[in-house]
Amino acid sequence: MTDLTLTVNGKRVTRDVPGETLLSELLRETLRLTGTHVGCDTSQCGACAVHMDGKVVKACTMLAHQAAGTEITTIEGLANGELHPMQKAFNDNHGLQCGFCTPGMIMAGVDMVQRYKAEGKTLDEAAIRHELEGNLCRCTGYHNIVKSIQQAATEM
Amino acid sequence: MSDTGIGARVKRKEDKRFITGKGRYTDDVRVDNQAYAAFVRSPHAHARVNGIDTSAAEGMEGVIAVLNGNQLTGDGIGNLICGWAVSSKDGSPMNMGPWSALATDRVRFVGDAVAVVIAESQALARIAAEAVEVDYEELPAVVQADKALADGAPQVHDNAPGNLIYDWEIGDAAATDAALEGAHHITEMKVVNQRLSPNPMEPRSAVAIFDTAEDHYTLYTTSQNPHLARLVLSAFYNVAPEHKLRVIAPDVGGGFGAKIYIYPEEITCLWASMKTGRSVKWTGDRAESFMTDMHGRDHITTARMGFDADGKITGFKVDTIANFGAYMSLFSSAVPTYLYATLLSGQYDIANIHCNVRAVYTNTVPVDAYRGAGRPEACFLIERMMETAAREMGTDPGELRRKNFIDTFPHETPVIMTYDAGDFSGNLDKAKAAADVAGFAQRRAEAESRGKLRGLGYSCYIEACGIAPSAAVGSLGAGVGLWESAEVRVNPVGTIEVLTGSHSHGQGHETTFAQIVAERFSQPIENVSIVHGDTDKVQFGMGTYGSRSGAVGMSAIVKAMDKVEAKVKKIAAHTLEASEDDIVIEGGVVKVAGTDREMGWHEVGLAAYTGHNLPDGMEPGLKEGAFYDPVNFTFPAGCYIAEVEIDPDTGDCKVVQFTAADDFGTIINPMIVEGQVHGGVAQGIGQAMLERVVYDDDGQLITGSYMDYQMPRAEDVPFLTIEHNTTVCPNNPLGIKGCGEAGAIGAPPAVINAITDAIGDNDIQMPATAQKIWRALKGRQTAMAAE
Ligand code: FES
Ligand code: FES
Repeated sequence: MTDLTLTVNGKRVTRDVPGETLLSELLRETLRLTGTHVGCDTSQCGACAVHMDGKVVKACTMLAHQAAGTEITTIEGLANGELHPMQKAFNDNHGLQCGFCTPGMIMAGVDMVQRYKAEGKTLDEAAIRHELEGNLCRCTGYHNIVKSIQQAATEM
Repeated sequence: MSDTGIGARVKRKEDKRFITGKGRYTDDVRVDNQAYAAFVRSPHAHARVNGIDTSAAEGMEGVIAVLNGNQLTGDGIGNLICGWAVSSKDGSPMNMGPWSALATDRVRFVGDAVAVVIAESQALARIAAEAVEVDYEELPAVVQADKALADGAPQVHDNAPGNLIYDWEIGDAAATDAALEGAHHITEMKVVNQRLSPNPMEPRSAVAIFDTAEDHYTLYTTSQNPHLARLVLSAFYNVAPEHKLRVIAPDVGGGFGAKIYIYPEEITCLWASMKTGRSVKWTGDRAESFMTDMHGRDHITTARMGFDADGKITGFKVDTIANFGAYMSLFSSAVPTYLYATLLSGQYDIANIHCNVRAVYTNTVPVDAYRGAGRPEACFLIERMMETAAREMGTDPGELRRKNFIDTFPHETPVIMTYDAGDFSGNLDKAKAAADVAGFAQRRAEAESRGKLRGLGYSCYIEACGIAPSAAVGSLGAGVGLWESAEVRVNPVGTIEVLTGSHSHGQGHETTFAQIVAERFSQPIENVSIVHGDTDKVQFGMGTYGSRSGAVGMSAIVKAMDKVEAKVKKIAAHTLEASEDDIVIEGGVVKVAGTDREMGWHEVGLAAYTGHNLPDGMEPGLKEGAFYDPVNFTFPAGCYIAEVEIDPDTGDCKVVQFTAADDFGTIINPMIVEGQVHGGVAQGIGQAMLERVVYDDDGQLITGSYMDYQMPRAEDVPFLTIEHNTTVCPNNPLGIKGCGEAGAIGAPPAVINAITDAIGDNDIQMPATAQKIWRALKGRQTAMAAE
């Protein structure tokens, strides 16, 4: 066991966790933030996407200790009193069905909108579809996920 | 139409918890004293188990118990069963081989569980599972359905000689042969409908809790039908009597059929929780999903379709081999028979149809219903045949279909279905207009100028949903009735809870079911909540699959609402001193029509529960239940048109345009219905172009992760154009037909018809990968060069 300190959703936490613990396990099992999901074992599905220092990462693919000293935002920490525009857009556009991929989709969506904005690029349909290559959804056929991200991009 | 009633695009009530990370899925459940299970699985496709040495594992850190199949069967836990009896044409019963939740003497597919380790953490359980030594004696394996029937093939079950489960037929063989004999043109095809893995994004999971004081079990599980799970676990697997078993299916992350069944892991966790006195949790990883979730499809079919000189179909003869994998899963027997062969008339008036189906065992994961279940296989066959026949006869594929459409209803097919309503020509017209088929030649020419091959393909699908009339399915061998139940509870303050036996795992029932209730009782939709997925709350139900929750589940709610309404009117008539017949529910109140005499809805609720002033003899309370048993299947139908563009240098293929014109009957919430079509079509495009479960000849699973099994991603599907052409279903109170599976049924042939149209080669099997398309194009170039 080794001490690990990081900031999760604005709160500083210190926990004693074994070195082999994945970030997704730390979030789900140790901190009981179960909004971050695990849908695969090969870093393909993106259900586990969270933000680390403002950039999207796959929490299943990182050791918890690699996140030492960073600021992590999970789906639970995204709403700030009211829903984040990306969360609202998913509700407005029926961008989710079973909801399992949704936290990862929303975190990936926020990241791509911010990145494109920062780089001054337009996030059109083709770009959204391309950017979603690391996120799988079995329910929606992506149609309404793309629409949701399009809407949020105009509102963020 | 009110803004929350039938037909309104109401945003989903359930979304908030999912978009804020507050959903509660089975793996999110953790209880005191939690222990974890890891399964020891066979690495061999077929082997004798000569012994299991658990001593090393038992001594490892954190290990609570290591349990095996002999202990399980020794405790009287029953074998897994197929619940639908299908007999061979000679009258002999199907050959069901034994399937123990933990294999005792023989393993029959890679992933078959032989033992389970219960430990203090998931990691410790998994490490210890690696240390369990199983003495396997490898046996030869068989993987492909046709090879399983060959002489000398390895035998999967001793009681199924030749690996044959049943040899079944439907229709008139002699009449069909005669019709084909006299045909002007015959189209003949061999069609493989490849094996797929359903892949809901949430892996299966179970948390079993045994209460030693009460001898009572609770199971949280990723199930589409918790009530059926309880019934089967009690009545057939002897895990616990029903009143001592509570099954909860909380939020479930997609099902698509794979979560209908009661799996060995759930049985084992329940039993292990009793053995160890600990709550036992198991969550599969994706590798286990590929290895153990029931697969879908896997048919090999040869077929002949005869036409007269006028282009009318005279006969259709079909021979199918269906791969059932290593064991008969819960509904497996019904899929290639009553959900497949009975749909072989498609949308067409065909006088003579005969279909023979042989179901076989192989050393692979069991195969059962996956989104569409039998109907995609039927639709793919028919619609590939129609497109091919049109090409062979040089006629327009849309018009050849139109010529053969059934246009009077009810229509009885020679394969025992009675279609009740539809407008097949109307669907075709709507799709053609929306897809701008008239402009296709121009689009094709434009694509050609960019060096691309463009093709267009049709599919006119029909399916049977709303399963199903209990007496009818009973006569066909079903072990259960397929009705649905509902209970409508009006609280003293007028808010309403609806308890339903349907289960929502993405379908949006918490919204659509509330819509019909809010509209009927003229109440704000926020005041209606839908309760489902817990056998302690809802008495019984048959769950969600086969696009049945609208047509059957909502019908049960309507029936219960009829009873509530009758009582409300009695109470109001009594209080307002009017005749029941004059009472109406509108504008949020209960009133005497045409007057200002009224009671608030909540006042009626309160009156019912105070019981101070009720009509003579009336029981207090305002809560009614109903069971609804459908009188027929429902028949959603539609026309899909796909357009693809292919890069001839690489074979890379994109679906550039996809149009759906569906007839789903009454639509409660178009937003949700369109979402179902989006998802279904994406799965259909996945089947057509990307997905396939592959085993090597030794039965090793090659596609065991998302690195090898290609799921459709956002770039693989276009925005879809969706049209509705509604004919109301005459057989249920809301006129609903169902929409959950249409996309997965209708899309594959449309896409393959478009691809074969683009490349001018009709001989391509799914999935039509870039490599296959490139090879087909190369082959054609070579052939053309040789000519
Ligand atoms: S769980 Fe992290 S990518 Fe699938
Ligand atoms: S909403 Fe179910 S996986 Fe995306």
